Amino acid sequence: MSAALKVVRPGLFDTLQDLGRVGFMALGMPTAGAMDRIGLRLANALLGNPPGMAGLEIGVMGPELLVDADSVRVALVGPLSPALVEVPDAPPRPLDSNRTHLLKRGQTLRVGMIDGSSTAYLAVAGGFALPPFMGSLSTYARAGVGGLDGRKLGQGDALPLARGQAPPGDERKLAAPFDYGSGPIRIVWGPQEDYFSAGGRRTFVESDYRVSKEADRMGIRFEGPAIAHATSVEKGGADIISDGIGPGAIQVPGAGLPIVLLADRQTVGGYPKIATVASVDLPRLGRLLPGQTVRFQPVTVEEAEKLRRDQESRIARAIADFRVARPPGGIDLARLYEENLIDGIVYE
Amino acid sequence: VSVRYLSCGDTAFTVEFGNEISPEINGRVMALHAAIGRAKEAGDLPGVVETVPTMRSLMVAYDPLAASRADLQPRIDALIARGLPTGLASRRVTLPCCYEDPEFAPDLGEVAKRTNKTVEQVIAAHLASAFKVYVLGFMPGLAYIAGLDQTLYLPRRSEPRVRVPRSSVAIAMDMTTIYPFESPGGWHLIGRTPLWMFDKRREQPVFLAPGDSLSFQRIDRRTFDRIAREVDAGTFDWATLVKA
Repeated sequence: MSAALKVVRPGLFDTLQDLGRVGFMALGMPTAGAMDRIGLRLANALLGNPPGMAGLEIGVMGPELLVDADSVRVALVGPLSPALVEVPDAPPRPLDSNRTHLLKRGQTLRVGMIDGSSTAYLAVAGGFALPPFMGSLSTYARAGVGGLDGRKLGQGDALPLARGQAPPGDERKLAAPFDYGSGPIRIVWGPQEDYFSAGGRRTFVESDYRVSKEADRMGIRFEGPAIAHATSVEKGGADIISDGIGPGAIQVPGAGLPIVLLADRQTVGGYPKIATVASVDLPRLGRLLPGQTVRFQPVTVEEAEKLRRDQESRIARAIADFRVARPPGGIDLARLYEENLIDGIVYE
Repeated sequence: VSVRYLSCGDTAFTVEFGNEISPEINGRVMALHAAIGRAKEAGDLPGVVETVPTMRSLMVAYDPLAASRADLQPRIDALIARGLPTGLASRRVTLPCCYEDPEFAPDLGEVAKRTNKTVEQVIAAHLASAFKVYVLGFMPGLAYIAGLDQTLYLPRRSEPRVRVPRSSVAIAMDMTTIYPFESPGGWHLIGRTPLWMFDKRREQPVFLAPGDSLSFQRIDRRTFDRIAREVDAGTFDWATLVKA
């Protein structure tokens, strides 16, 4: 019998994402992948999944999913306030985020709005039973590839599950929400910082920039003081012979406002890129909401590499620090009986 | 060969061979792209994820948890010092193109007028051009193909179209291209190929590759329709388009 999560009501922009479709940029194929690799990774780790397994990336508001499987264990990571409808028409029961939950056939999970981030993640134990495209399940909607038919979830979709029932084991949770940091966004100058005047570079790192409404998986257009090019735009100061675009590249077209290019960015482009976001802070960019304000702070390549390694250690510590999640209201008797845990169980 | 290394954060850097478009510079880019690919396969460049060739530079993407810029840059320097042969063997690809139906070639008349040619002379110049695929990018499978006959050089249209049909063959500046998807576009549409430059059903979804030598073969509407049916059904034999 097939096992699936059925989409009773879609969210705003829910797509399956893994850590990206790497190795095909030379063919013009964007990498796509999770906007916040840390969130996806923690969701997988809570479930014992491999770190790069595809999960559901929730954009702004999540879906309502009906469990059409004997059982499924899900992990929700991010500032969510999900709710569970246990039997049809019953009032929804609030669930905690940043932990796993065991769901049963006929139950409906309402993921709901994300609070204070543009992305959050839902992963399932064992993953989704969908074929990878060019080695990856990441959805790239512009080309209609990856994920479920290459697009965001819609009403009536069924996400096939690799497992028909949840594996045995405890529910697990994060000891604390992951700390993404709150200071300036770290950047490395280049590849084309020499296309900007000294004053333009100063403007860039000494001003506040606000996330505009034009923010999606491809990139974020910022609003703020215009950054001056070294040569006038009329004389080609905002044009380069196209070159490769790395993750977090900050291109500045003629109008002088920065655009940070993210997961679904095109592979090459012809605008000069003043700087590139350090990889340590890319997950923060992937969580920004329109209206939020950031500052950019330059670091060297070596410092950026070290910041990333340090962050990796913090992720490993967060995973080592997972707790067994206490069921709401103390001991979950039903589950104790069901799983025959009669030899005593200690939570936390 | 002297190159500039440009930083792209802590996950990539760009090796820039020059700030102009020339076959020699692009030849070196493609040679380094191939050399890094071989070194990677041999396990000699741990941490290198992939490379992205363009007209005049190569972006090297790496995993900062498996390698560092300080490790990698001398290794790339060593590969360059070993020599980058230009004029690597490349595939010779011939693409069928139908120039005849006004639906396929709405700009043929205007291109003829602006280049002081007849429509037939425009088609002949496009067929006689020695094209080379320089870069794929912007959309999966969208190729920037230079080598257009000089007498056909025109700037892009001042009013871009909102919708250009998939597989349109177009020209602008010194290039030709084929739209892999229906998309907006500002190039002059002079024909259409029955082939899809991006087909997710194929094991190699993107047909063209950087470095390919390319020419077009004129087909009539009936041949177009026959090939289009085969492409649609997934029975078209793409190998017939390629000579080693």
